[in-house]
Amino acid sequence: MKSLVGLWEKNKMDDRGKKQDTLYVKLIPYFEKYGILLLLVIMILVMHILQPDVFLSWRNVTNVFKQISWQSMLALGVFMVIVTAGIDLSVGSIMMLSLMILAIVAKAGAPWFIVVLVPLFAGFLCGLINGLGITFLRMPHPFIMTLGTLYIFRGTGNLISGGTPISGFTDEVRYLGHGRIDLTWLGLEKSQYLPVSLVLIAVVYFVFWVFLNHSRTGKWIYAIGGNPSAARASGINVNKILIIVYSLCGFLSGIGALILAGRTDSGYPNAGLQSELDAIAACIIGGASFFGGRGTVLGVFAGVMIMGILRNGLNLMDVSSFWQQVLIGSIIVLAVYVDVLRRDFGTRK
Amino acid sequence: MTSTNKLLLEAKGITKYFGTITALENVNLKVHEGECLGVVGDNGAGKSTLMKVLSGLYKPSAGALFFEGKEHVLDSPKDSQNLGLEMVYQDLALAGNLPIGENIFLGREPTKNIGFLKFLDFKKIQEMTSAHLEKLKINVKSADQKVEELSGGQRQAVAIARSTAFNAKVVIMDEPTAALAIKEVGKVLDLINKLKSTGVGVIVISHRMDDIFTVCDRVMALFQGTNFAESQLDKTSRDEVIGWIMGKK
Repeated sequence: MKSLVGLWEKNKMDDRGKKQDTLYVKLIPYFEKYGILLLLVIMILVMHILQPDVFLSWRNVTNVFKQISWQSMLALGVFMVIVTAGIDLSVGSIMMLSLMILAIVAKAGAPWFIVVLVPLFAGFLCGLINGLGITFLRMPHPFIMTLGTLYIFRGTGNLISGGTPISGFTDEVRYLGHGRIDLTWLGLEKSQYLPVSLVLIAVVYFVFWVFLNHSRTGKWIYAIGGNPSAARASGINVNKILIIVYSLCGFLSGIGALILAGRTDSGYPNAGLQSELDAIAACIIGGASFFGGRGTVLGVFAGVMIMGILRNGLNLMDVSSFWQQVLIGSIIVLAVYVDVLRRDFGTRK
Repeated sequence: MTSTNKLLLEAKGITKYFGTITALENVNLKVHEGECLGVVGDNGAGKSTLMKVLSGLYKPSAGALFFEGKEHVLDSPKDSQNLGLEMVYQDLALAGNLPIGENIFLGREPTKNIGFLKFLDFKKIQEMTSAHLEKLKINVKSADQKVEELSGGQRQAVAIARSTAFNAKVVIMDEPTAALAIKEVGKVLDLINKLKSTGVGVIVISHRMDDIFTVCDRVMALFQGTNFAESQLDKTSRDEVIGWIMGKK
């Protein structure tokens, strides 16, 4: 037994003894955790230098948050799915279907609290369908199930609405997406308000951060992404956890629908078209691994912010949206390449 | 160290079909307290399938499992864990992205409950991990180290630590030395002897005659999914056991 201890002691010295002394290696974990935030700060600085009068103005900053509000919900949902080494292509369609159901229920004259709850419930059910399909129908990969539901949900949304926009909601329904929290009591001007959607993002992201990092279910979600057979062998009901994850992803898309209803005051057929790709891009930029088990809620938030700021800044500078596409694509590739390099340095080979 | 000890685990007439394939047919197995049973057999002889049946991962098509004399139906690995039956898998069944402590307690994490919400008790995980690694004399930098940063031997040690963290009565090990450097094999075999001395029943599946003849008290051979031969270790020889693996008596 004793020599066993000695053996591993020696290994430890050989492999790590030298490395531990350098500051560079000590910094790696911090860089791994907060590197993406560094990129975000750099982007903000660059945008500020390019647009000193406008970019950091109250109006523009709140505008960025309002613009990313519903995307951030989809990205968070997709992130959880990606942590399990899955994928959800249907979030944009779930959001559109939930939005259409909301619009129809609102037009039918339902009281506002029903109208508010309906998209959340609809989103949850859509996610549940994805989860059940992946587990009980034993689809070979979540890509296939959610590719199917991407068409099914959007088609259903068009069927029930006749493919035409439905507009006009009450203020209560629009509150989360359009509401303003007055800050004049802080001595600020009337135009310097806090968008309710910003508070909502903060609350939802905090709740899911706690869920993923401190709850037992959250830990199991990471374990499934790390090694599904290990999770199964540990007695974790992998299918149940996957169903929970896809349902929550649908639920978050439902929140996205509610926010979008508030922002646009309308349910329209093209809502959330291709937004699943934006959501995936935000997760990847934020450091989530497609192979599962890796990534943080903070990283996803940074990913969403980076995409939002890039779009906003380029719009301010009147750069064509075609260039925006090229730039966002380049950032995805660059962010992942930086991640590859970092992993080369960071982990043991 | 023989059949006079208390019988812990007994499998009677285990049969398992996968579609039209018969993986196991009428297989019997017994393990006593403090005894090490070696299970040998060629690839495809049904060793791994048998172990997965014992751990509750597969449901047998026919046959019954008795634990300490009582019949049990295992619906999942959780059921076998609750009985005190643990498995150390060949692929180690560890999640590389999680720290050592969280791997050891994966699926059975100590929690602080607030209503129906179960929050992980990280402090307790850390304390229990340190205490348990200390008990088994396993040395790692810290319980917070991610498993993917460990060497093969360290990972095997974590896997064995994992299997014994909850007062296991029977530990099943699938090729426990297959992925290890020669130097580390002896240490793992020491660990197995240590488990035996504390009254744990151990089942070792191995291709290595050295392993079998170092730690086992009894050896049984599977051939094409059936019980082929069985003997106390001191009444057989390496050549005979190798013959059994190839289906010769």
